This record gives sequence, C-alpha cells and structure tokens, in this order.
Amino acid sequence: MERHLERELDKLRKKILALGTMVEGSIDKAILSLMRHDLKLAKEVIENDHEIDHLEVEIEEEGLKILALYQPAAIDLRYVVGILKMNNDLERMGDLAVNIAERAAYLANQREMGLFLDFANMSKKTRAMVRKALDALIKMDPQMAKEVCAADDDVDEINKEILNLIQDHIENNPQEVKPLIHLLLASRHLERIADLATNIAEDVVYMTEGEIIRHRTEDYTRQD
Amino acid sequence: MVKKDLKIIVEDLNFFYGDLKALDGVNIQIPERKVTALIGPSGCGKSTFLRVLNRMNDLIPETRLEGKVLIDGYDIYADNIDVVELRKKIGMVFQKSNPFPKSIFDNVAYGPRVHGIKDRVRLAEIVEENLKRAALWDEVKDDLKRSAMELSGGQQQRLCIARALATEPEILLMDEPASALDPISTAKIEELIRELKERYTIVIVTHNMQQAARVSDYTAFFYLGKLIEFNRTEEIFTRPRKKQTEDYITGRFG
Repeated sequence: MERHLERELDKLRKKILALGTMVEGSIDKAILSLMRHDLKLAKEVIENDHEIDHLEVEIEEEGLKILALYQPAAIDLRYVVGILKMNNDLERMGDLAVNIAERAAYLANQREMGLFLDFANMSKKTRAMVRKALDALIKMDPQMAKEVCAADDDVDEINKEILNLIQDHIENNPQEVKPLIHLLLASRHLERIADLATNIAEDVVYMTEGEIIRHRTEDYTRQD
Repeated sequence: MVKKDLKIIVEDLNFFYGDLKALDGVNIQIPERKVTALIGPSGCGKSTFLRVLNRMNDLIPETRLEGKVLIDGYDIYADNIDVVELRKKIGMVFQKSNPFPKSIFDNVAYGPRVHGIKDRVRLAEIVEENLKRAALWDEVKDDLKRSAMELSGGQQQRLCIARALATEPEILLMDEPASALDPISTAKIEELIRELKERYTIVIVTHNMQQAARVSDYTAFFYLGKLIEFNRTEEIFTRPRKKQTEDYITGRFG
C-alpha cells in the first residue's frame, strides 16, 4: 500500500539531501578559498548563500505542511521533526561557510605570515564529518551517525591548538593582530560546522532509534 | 506503578466464540483514574476485550473464557459474582448513542430507579449532577421533560454518558463513543473524557488514532487477538517498541 504520506516524505527526503549537497559544496569552496587565498572562490560562496536560504525555507514549509495534514506518528513523526532540525543546522552551516569565505576574502590580500596552522587537517576532518553525517541520513544508519559524534573531539582539539598558536603569535607579533583574528575566527567557524554536523548525526540517531543522545557524555561508539 | 493504583488486572486471558479464539494470552494491568485506549485493526479483539470487562459477552451464546479478570482484586468471573452489581460498577457507552425513547430526565434517572431510588428530590439531584458531569446540563436544564430523541447526535451521546454515570460507576467503558459525531461534538466528548478521568477509570476503544493520542494516558495495541504492546501513550506514538505497533500507527499495515 503506497501512502500519500510516503510520497510527501520522499519529496522531503530529496529536498533535504539537495540542501545537504549544496551546503557541503559551499563548505568545501570556503575552505579552499581560505587555504588558497582565492578571492574569486570566496565571493562565489558568499553570493550563492541565498540559494541555500531559499531551499531552507521551502523545506520548513514542506515539513510543517506534512505535520498539519498527515499528523505523522512514530518513525514518520521522528523523521519529519529530525528533518526540520537538520534543515536549520544545514542553513547555519551555510552561513558559517559564508563567514569563512569572508575571512578568506580579507586574508586573500594579506601577505603570508610565518605561522603554520593545521587548517588542512582540521578541514579534512570537518568535511569528513559533514559527509558522514549526510551519509548516515541517506542510509538511516545510527552506528555511522555515532561515529560522527565521536569524531567531533578531534576537531575541537585542533581548534584549541590553533587558538594557542595564534595567542602566542599575537604576543610576539602584535602588529599582525588583525589578520590573526581573522584566522582565529575561521578556525572557530570550522569548529562550529563540525558541531552542527554532530547535531545532524544526533538527529539521525533520534530518527532511527527514538533516543535523544544530545547532552550525553558517554562513549558514542559503544555498541549495546 | 504500584499495585494499589491498578484498577483492572487481566491474567492469561483467552476468549473463544465457539472454536474461534478471539483473545489469545492477554495480560494487562489497567491503572486507576487514567484513560486507557485500545487500538488495533477491525477484528483484532479490542471490542471483545472491552466487553470481557463487564461480562457483556455472557449474553452471547457459545462463548468461553479462560484466565483471570480482576477488578479491585476480585475475580469478576468467579461463581459468586453478582453480574448486576458488577455492571452497576461499570458504565458503558456505545458507538451509536442509544437513549431510551423517554424524556431527558427519565433517561438519566433510569438506572438509579432500577437500583431502588424513588425519592423525587434525590432523583432530581442525581439527574442534575450527572448532566453537569456529562457537560450537558447548560444545554438542557430548561426543559428536562423534552424527549431525548429530539437532541442532536452529540447531545444524545453526552446524555448516554450522563445515564451511565448516574449509577455511580467506577469504571467507564467506551466503544468508539465519538465515531459517529461531527468534529465539534467529538471535541466536546474528548474534553469530557479528560474531566471524567478525575473520578473514573476509563477504557476506550477507538479507530481514530489521533483521538487515542489526544485523550489517553495509556495505549494498548491489539492484533489478531493478542496484546502486542501496552505502554504510556506518548511512548506508543513517538517510539513504539514493536514493529507491528509502528506499522499500524503509521498506516503501513496490510
């Protein structure tokens, strides 16, 4: 029996995956623009953000419509509510990509500083988390989602290292404080993106298992 | 849940219509002064189960029951049980409102009269009190002599609830009490159920899943004569434990 609701949920599923793909692309470009001092790419991220915003509004309306017209229960209810939350998180991730691109646009015109910050590693890990969170959503795989949650600590750690390095560098090179603040913010934005990927993964766990795992300190990867 | 809060305890219940096993190994503990909804597809045994609770099935020939049904700790199928007394303790409201072709007053006063109350003043008090409890008083107080048959469908159903309450029951069984009513009358009945659970233990059969979700504290899902899952309603509707329950409440059945 094909249900009306099934068709609507399928439409919602396709839209959230489209949004995920757009946001993922935006994050990738923002990171590249930061690492390559690529002003053109940075501008592209900033200019394309309205498309993400537009789709976010569309998904919210779609989700609310489903709640009002079909009054879903159990897995269907958890799915729609989960999608609505992810929708917000993805839109925020798009905004953070814009923030990174804005830092990149500023830094593109600055001369190189004699400071190594491990953005390559941090962005590689963040992108992997975003990708895996979306894969977990596609496959509705709670185990995969829990791996994303576990990976967040690594990104937090790198963010802290970058903070410390920049602090030291500011003390020794106060004349460079302005570009250094931009780098510090870029690191912070990236770390926030990883946090939001974790939120999405937590919502996948909620959708599939009905358990709210937010605000827990236990080991996410533990198999019950 | 401590034991004293349980109104109805059913243990290893089997019920047969001739050779047909309509209920199969049902165990359930129904809490006092809460609303328990029974849901499940047609023929799943939920209405049979409801009728087991006041021995209405006794009226159907060739039926047989195994197991125990305890109300307040007493086995209602024990030999020494007075069925009339039992049914006084348990009111019932049906899908189709069935007022007697008498006045509003006489409908509500019927039960108390059968149980021997003759005093007019006392009867008038009982009628007023129970019409109020059934949220019908304000609409009918000016003409209690009017025939019950002149009332609207929703009013008739509330009259039947008032009539059921007039014998001072402790348990109210409702078999799809709002399925033949429009949304406004349905909302009134649902609101009434909320108010009534302060005083009564309510067991309601409903095909309307959203209604079960709105009015009940606990939900029991029956399928093919078996109790598949029994839990707090919010658990059943947000994260049921059994796949069959999930398939049913999300409409994936069949």
